[in-house]
Amino acid sequence: MEVYLDNSATTKPRDEVVEEMNYMLKEAYGNPSSLHRKGLQAEKKIKKSRESIAKFLNAREDEIFFTSSGTESNNIAIQGLINRYGKRGNHLITSKIEHPSVINIFKHYETKGFDVTYLDIDEKGVVDLKQLEESITDKTIVIAIMLVNNEIGVIQPIKDINNILAKKNKNVKLHVDGIQAMGKISVNVNDYDFDTFSFSGHKIHGPKGIGGLYVKKGLNLPPIIFGGNQETGLRSGTENTPGIVGFGKAVEILEENFQKEKNDVLDLKKYFANKIMKGIDDVKINSYVDDRCAPHILNVSFLDTRGEVLLHYLEQNGIYVSTGSACSSNNKSKGKSRVLDAIGLSDKEIEGAIRFSFTYNNTKDEIDYVVKKLKASVDEIRKITMR
Amino acid sequence: MDKVVSVSFGELALKGLNRSFFEDKLIKRIRNVIRDIGKPYIYRDQGKLYIEANEGNIKQIIDKVKKVFGIVLVSECYRIEKDMDEMIKYSISEVEEAIRKRDIKTFKVECKRADKKFPMNSMEVARKIGHHILQSVDGISVDVHKPDLFVYVDIRGKSYIYTEKLKAFGGLPVGTNGKGMLLLSGGIDSPVAGFMMAKRGLRLSAVHYHSYPFTSERAEEKVKSLAKILSNYCGSFKLYSVNILKIQKAINENCPEDEMTLLSRRFMMKIAEKIAIKNDVDALITGESMGQVASQTIKGLNVTNSAVNIPVFRPLIGMDKTEITEIANVIDTFETSILPYEDCCTVFLPKHPVTRPKLEDIENSESVLDVDSLINEAISEMEIIRIED
Repeated sequence: MEVYLDNSATTKPRDEVVEEMNYMLKEAYGNPSSLHRKGLQAEKKIKKSRESIAKFLNAREDEIFFTSSGTESNNIAIQGLINRYGKRGNHLITSKIEHPSVINIFKHYETKGFDVTYLDIDEKGVVDLKQLEESITDKTIVIAIMLVNNEIGVIQPIKDINNILAKKNKNVKLHVDGIQAMGKISVNVNDYDFDTFSFSGHKIHGPKGIGGLYVKKGLNLPPIIFGGNQETGLRSGTENTPGIVGFGKAVEILEENFQKEKNDVLDLKKYFANKIMKGIDDVKINSYVDDRCAPHILNVSFLDTRGEVLLHYLEQNGIYVSTGSACSSNNKSKGKSRVLDAIGLSDKEIEGAIRFSFTYNNTKDEIDYVVKKLKASVDEIRKITMR
Repeated sequence: MDKVVSVSFGELALKGLNRSFFEDKLIKRIRNVIRDIGKPYIYRDQGKLYIEANEGNIKQIIDKVKKVFGIVLVSECYRIEKDMDEMIKYSISEVEEAIRKRDIKTFKVECKRADKKFPMNSMEVARKIGHHILQSVDGISVDVHKPDLFVYVDIRGKSYIYTEKLKAFGGLPVGTNGKGMLLLSGGIDSPVAGFMMAKRGLRLSAVHYHSYPFTSERAEEKVKSLAKILSNYCGSFKLYSVNILKIQKAINENCPEDEMTLLSRRFMMKIAEKIAIKNDVDALITGESMGQVASQTIKGLNVTNSAVNIPVFRPLIGMDKTEITEIANVIDTFETSILPYEDCCTVFLPKHPVTRPKLEDIENSESVLDVDSLINEAISEMEIIRIED
């Protein structure tokens, strides 16, 4: 049996997505910029994908831009905002638990003379709002926060952040990294007040190599890549038509099934968490199993095991997961997860942490199989490592 | 005019009556490494070996041939007729070419005349060519002691003009000294040890130990990459990949914790010896260096050494880590060696390993284990991977 429970890392493209992409590669391969019919055919397909994604996020079509990845979306948004508003001030804010494609941008601007506040995380896994409030000044220009954390799935309080910004400094621009959120929790751009929002195709059963960026209407974001002015000049480069159209298709299917899939996944997570708690000794569930957390992520510590070893045991049984952190035996601090550390986990709990991430087509049978194999593997590893 | 690569042998010249055996091995190996570059013609001209080349493939040929053990020097040459005008013409163009690449103020012409029938002697040839170079190239003078550039003129069946003698690794052709079994980990040392023994003419095979699922498959891929790099020097070989998790478990359950490393290492040596003997391999090779880790103290080495009866070569025993790293860089294994995947030694690492073990104690600890059946089981499950150069 093969059970893929690493859907936060990437997802398997849906068959319909692959078919659409195949069509784009084999038939509608024209360059959307070409004046002839073949170009128009590709352009129309892109337009349809943009419409689908705009509709899904409740955004305008002209607010949706295609990029090559979530990483590129984060870069275009954050660098663009800093470049645009850098004259107003030199203070930036982000959190300590952002993805490298966000945090490393801030580290780069730090070397260019910007002051960066890296917000701490409280024991609930949420950014410290008090610290945020205190750190905002008139020099603050850009904040970037993720909506769903990739390690434990906790949802960050973007609306509270909006309120704080409204109170302290209305001019601050807010980028939200939505790469783990889109398609997993409801995202309606009108519910929030962010300026840019990034997302990615391969996290929602679309293809790799395609990302998206929402840019609020009226925000004149300068590009960081120059060329033939595709994507209204924000992201030059011949459009990745198979990627865009595959992405669009994935969103269309998602839109139809969103509520059901979301509920199914949450049920599955509850079922799994229960079975683990009942069936295996000395475990600790690190993710909320309610609406404080995205429904698809469940982080669990198996005490007295090593996450990576457990991962390889599971892989022998066709079960694919991620470790909770890249903690290695030789270097306890180097790869240690900040989130798991911040929510008060001991070193032992961090070392044995595994991230399970589910999707719509996982089943309870699969979960039963996984728990059975988990128990056997954990017992075996404990026998070896505990003497 | 043709482009050729000249190849000089080192110690081979000293091998007396065996010389042709060594040379044949060497030529076979050269043919092998350049087999994908259009099978260039290889010939001898009065004792020296030449490979016919062209502008398009000469750099590639040199790069490959430089890695063949038994070769001391490699040069890119013009091959021309034994005609004085031609020799002058191409010597001048070699000088001009060298000046375009680097700063050259002084030069010297060195002539060797293997063909004694050539009407001028080597001194006369050198003087005449030097004179013409001085006349046609501006801003350059002769320095016979420390010139910036040598112009070499070899007069054999044909004449050969070149300016650079590239150093190869020397040593002896692979396979001229029998076979050795390398204990190949994913670290920096063992590939260097394998390289050094292959350089002395040993044909390698290698054994790698892992503890999957306690170690990752990526760690094994890394070892295969290292083996692949080694094969550029020593040719294709077999890599035996052995899972020793069951052995480690058995030691872990039955023996003192602080002897874990030494006891596992003894198993590794014994398994390697057993595979070696079965495959007609006469020695083991390890990357051990005196005092580098707890198991590599003199007493530790004594304990692991006495696990086997065939010779164990430790070419790095007297080297510092920096010296080993230098060689790893030269042979291009370093970058791969430092990739961060856990190898099987670190999984069961004791907190305080014994550094002055007594052989008797270790043998006593070992005696509670069913050593033979553990070894046989590990060997029966091993994977054999063919590493192609």
